[in-house]
Amino acid sequence: MITPDALGYLPETPSQTAGPFVHIGLIPRQAGFDIFDNNLGTITLSPEIKGERIRIEGRIFDGTGAVIRDALVEIWQADSFGRFNHPADDAPGPRDAPFRGWGRTGTDFETGTWSFATIKPGRVARRHGGGSLAPHILIWIVARGINLGLLTRLYFEDEAAANAEDPVLRLIEQPERRRTLIARRAPGDGNAYVFNIHLQGAEETVFFDV
Amino acid sequence: MLGVRLMTGDDFIQRDLAAHPLPISPGYKTSMFRGPTRPPLSLKTSMADLTGPVFGAEELGARDNDLILNYAKEGLPIGERIIIHGRVLDGNARPLRGVLVEIWQANASGKYRHRNDGYIGTVDPNFGGCGRCLTDRDGRYVFRTIKPGPYPFRNKINDWRPAHMHFSVFGHGFAQRLITQMYFEGDPLIRHDSILNTIPDEAARDRLVARLDLAASAPLDTLAYRWDIVLRGTRATVFENKLQGN
Repeated sequence: MITPDALGYLPETPSQTAGPFVHIGLIPRQAGFDIFDNNLGTITLSPEIKGERIRIEGRIFDGTGAVIRDALVEIWQADSFGRFNHPADDAPGPRDAPFRGWGRTGTDFETGTWSFATIKPGRVARRHGGGSLAPHILIWIVARGINLGLLTRLYFEDEAAANAEDPVLRLIEQPERRRTLIARRAPGDGNAYVFNIHLQGAEETVFFDV
Repeated sequence: MLGVRLMTGDDFIQRDLAAHPLPISPGYKTSMFRGPTRPPLSLKTSMADLTGPVFGAEELGARDNDLILNYAKEGLPIGERIIIHGRVLDGNARPLRGVLVEIWQANASGKYRHRNDGYIGTVDPNFGGCGRCLTDRDGRYVFRTIKPGPYPFRNKINDWRPAHMHFSVFGHGFAQRLITQMYFEGDPLIRHDSILNTIPDEAARDRLVARLDLAASAPLDTLAYRWDIVLRGTRATVFENKLQGN
């Protein structure tokens, strides 16, 4: 049914928008009903999980400056040792096995706010070339009007030294665009970081093709 | 077939963006406000992209992939009973085992069970419209469900969606993450669909159309459709100098 090319490779299945009703399949409670015994995507922060408890939150803005209230947001991150809960991250060293590192939520239908309670990830060793990356969280968003899921990275305002030497941030040519990836400490709440995403416009967030 | 590879750990082959929809497609109006205008920044595969959540069978329920039964309250849902099955492969034609496949859809009258769906179609009390499963050791997934109905949506004033299923798929790495839609062979609305037509390449659009699979149907009971999903493949490390990267 899918024809390989002359070398035997198969073409990737094309993306399509998640549409306005993505909640039904991925977070059915937000759609308004209960169907599964186990709802996936909640980050469990049991007491044995190590690391600084933080909250990350934000809103997503369209090209007119309006808040998007029907998006789905997923995050993927390392544990407090900078390790990913996956067999490909197989280097020796400490890791925090109970921490999955994946979460999923919807933007609020009224306010457009999304948020996750999680832990601050540690620095991740570079795969090539030695050294480490600044703490970061992958953020993936899909919604009506988004034809291919958008991948970005959240970095932390209070990791200025690590950010300054991070190879991904340094690849961004324009300093003002680099700032679109830096989450700010929420005023008056020491454990919360604000990360707003702009899909278009002067403050358009840097998205990645990896 | 394309060099020796461990199950995990190799870089992904770069995405062929020409086989995907354009981020901004004038025929799909909402994308004009929501699609990024600047090119994405291309990166080498980092550990965050190479890895992703791993799901276990114990996290799912026995009927999660049977949409005919997983929300049945006082009877069975109304509509054409169908099986949708296929394989999840990577771009190297290898089956992806144990990956999470999630689906959602409208019911037979084209109505979603969703607080924001204002269409006149009728909510079916026995149909939730979502399901999920893990692929087996050959990369196979299967769902039993009701064929969704077409429905209108606000874009042009007479735009209709062909019958379709929404699919969300995880690979082994987060860079393989994909959400898409599957259509049904022979549906005359397919060629008019403003959403499908965001994909400029005709061959790519055709890869989203499931084929009737009579051989997999349950006689006197349920028709079957077959649809295979391909996630990005990995680059075979045939010969390589160590490069600086991330």
